[in-house]
Amino acid sequence: MNPKEANRVLGKDGPWLVFAALLFVMPFVPFVGENSFRMHIMILILLFAAMSQAWNIIGGYCGQVSFGHSVFFGIGAYGAGMAVVAYGVPPWPGILTGMIVAAAVAVIISWPCFKLSGHYFAIATFAIVEIFNRGFLVWDWVGGALGLDYPLVEEGLWNLMWHDSKTGYYYCALVLFLITFGLVRWLEGHRFGYYLRAVREGQETAESLGVNSTAVKLAAMALSAALAALCGAFFVQYNLRVDPPMVMSLDMSMKFVLITVLGGSGTLVGPLLGATVLIPLQEYSRALWGGLGGGVDLIVFGLLIIIIVVKQPAGIIGIIRDIGKHAARRRAAGKEEADHGAP
Amino acid sequence: METLIQVLIDGLLSGMVYALVAAGLCIIWGVMDVINFAHGEYLMVGMYVSYWLGFLAHVDPLVSVLASGAFVFLLGALTYKLIIRYTIRRPGLVALLATFGLAMFLKNLCMNRFSPNFRILSDTWLGGKTFLVGSLILPVPQLAAGILSLVTIGLLYALINGTRFGWAVQATAMDREAAELMGINTERIYVLIFGIGGACVGFAGGIMPSYLAVHPEVGSMFGLIAFVCVAMGGFGSIPGAFLAGLLVGIVEALAGFYIAPVFKYIAVFGLYLAVVFLRPKGIFGW
Repeated sequence: MNPKEANRVLGKDGPWLVFAALLFVMPFVPFVGENSFRMHIMILILLFAAMSQAWNIIGGYCGQVSFGHSVFFGIGAYGAGMAVVAYGVPPWPGILTGMIVAAAVAVIISWPCFKLSGHYFAIATFAIVEIFNRGFLVWDWVGGALGLDYPLVEEGLWNLMWHDSKTGYYYCALVLFLITFGLVRWLEGHRFGYYLRAVREGQETAESLGVNSTAVKLAAMALSAALAALCGAFFVQYNLRVDPPMVMSLDMSMKFVLITVLGGSGTLVGPLLGATVLIPLQEYSRALWGGLGGGVDLIVFGLLIIIIVVKQPAGIIGIIRDIGKHAARRRAAGKEEADHGAP
Repeated sequence: METLIQVLIDGLLSGMVYALVAAGLCIIWGVMDVINFAHGEYLMVGMYVSYWLGFLAHVDPLVSVLASGAFVFLLGALTYKLIIRYTIRRPGLVALLATFGLAMFLKNLCMNRFSPNFRILSDTWLGGKTFLVGSLILPVPQLAAGILSLVTIGLLYALINGTRFGWAVQATAMDREAAELMGINTERIYVLIFGIGGACVGFAGGIMPSYLAVHPEVGSMFGLIAFVCVAMGGFGSIPGAFLAGLLVGIVEALAGFYIAPVFKYIAVFGLYLAVVFLRPKGIFGW
C-alpha cells in the first residue's frame, strides 16, 4: 500500500482539480440544449451544494452538528420575500437584511447552545426550528400560514427573476455555488480554518493552545448562517413563494445535513458530491413515482438514505477513497509481483 | 380555580403518555447512545395496528394494546438488526440519519397504504365515557392511557433496576467491552433494548386510537416531544424522562389554554431550552 498513491486520487490537489474542471465546464451547461427539467435539477444541485457547504463550515469543519440551519435559510427567504411582496422593491436590500439578521440570530441562539454537548445540542437545534416554524406560522406581518406569494415583475437581474427560461437562475446558482465553495476553499488554508478543525478535534486541546473556542464557533456559526440566508433568498426567488413549512422545517434542515454527510462531512467537495447524488435521486424519483400518489417517491428515497448511510457512513468521498486505495494496493501488488517474478 | 385544576388534569394525563413514549426512547438512548429518529413513527405504527384490529376484527384498544406492543417490539428489534447494528460503532450522527431515512420510509409507507385520512375508532368500551369528580371531568380513555403509562414505566424501571437482565443492561450501557468480558451477550441486550423501547411506544400507540385520530403524520410531533423529554430529563434516566414528560404535558396544556393553542409547542420547546441552558445535562443528568 502506498499512501502517496492513494492521495493522488483525491488528495491535496484533488479538490482543486475537480473545482477547476467544474469552473471550466459549468458555464456552458445551458448551451447543451434547453431542457427545463434538466436545468431544474442542475439549479437545485448547485443551490443545495452551496447551502450544504454553508452548513459544512459549522457542521463539518467545526464539528457542531446543527439541525437548525433551516431557520437561517428561512430568514433569508423571508428577507427577500418581504422586500418583494410587502415593499415592492427588488429583493437585494431584503437579501442583505436577511443575511445580517440571520447572522445575528445565529449568534444570539448559539451562544447558550454551545454550552450543550452532543445530543443535547442537536435536540436544542430541533427545538429552535420548531419554535421559529410555529412563530412564523402565526406572525401575520410575514403572511402567517398562508405565506408570501410573489407578484410577477419584470424579469432580469435587477429583480432577480426570470420567466421564459431557467438560464438566468442557473447562472445565479452557479455564482452562489462559487461564492460558498471559494470561501470554504480559502478558509481551508487560512488560520481561521485551522482553528475550526482544531476545535472539532478537541476543544480542550485547542483552548490550551490559546484558541478562543467560543469566539471561533460563534464566528463560524454567523458566517454559516449568513451564507444559508443567501441561499434561502435565492430559493424563494426561484420558487416565487414562501411559507413556513417550506423553508423552516426539520426536513429541510435534515436535507442539508444529509447531503453534507453523504458527500463527506468536513471536506471541500463533499457537499457537491452529496448534492449531485441526492438531488437527482429525489427529483427523478419524484418525477417517476410522484404521480402514483401516496408518497411512493419518498418511500424509495427513505430506503435509499438508509442504504447509503448504513453502507458507507464516511460518505461518497469515502467510497472514492476506498476505490483509490484499492487501485493503489493492486498497483503496488502488481509491481511487487513483477519485481519478484523477474529473475 | 376549577378551570385551572381541569387544565392541569388534562395536562397530566397527556403528560403521562408523553412520559411513556419518552421512556422508550430513553432506554435506547441510555444504553446505545443512539437517537432513534423514527420513534414517533413507531408510535404511529402502533396506533395503526390497534386501529385496524379494532376496525376489522372489533378488538378493543384495551386488548390490542398487547398486539401493538408486540408488533412494535418486533419492529424495533428488526430496526436494530437491519440498521442500527451497522452504525453503532460510528459517530452518533450516522444512526440519527439512518433512522431519519427509516422515519421517512415508515411515514410514507403508511401514507401510501392507508391514505392520509384521519381515522378514529368510534365504538370502544371506554370511548366518550367520562368520570365526574365534583365538577371536574375525567375522560376515561385518557385516564386508561395514563394508568397504562404509569404501570408500564413502573415495570420498565423495575426491569432495569431490579433484575439480572437489568443489571446486564446497565453494565452494557456503562462499558460494552467490559460487559462482554463478564460474559454478557451485549448484542442480544441491544436487540432486546431496541425492542423494549419499541414496545413502550407500541403500548402508548395501542391505547390511543380510542381518543386520538390516527394519520401518517401523527407520530412526528410525539417523536419531537419525546426527544425533548429525554434530553430534559437527563441522559438515560427513566425517572427524569417521566418527570419531564409530566412537565411537558402540563406546560402544553397551560400554554394552550391560557395563551393560545398555537403557542403550546412554542412553550414546550422554550421550556426545554430554558431547562438545558440552566442544566446542560438535563434535570437528572450529571
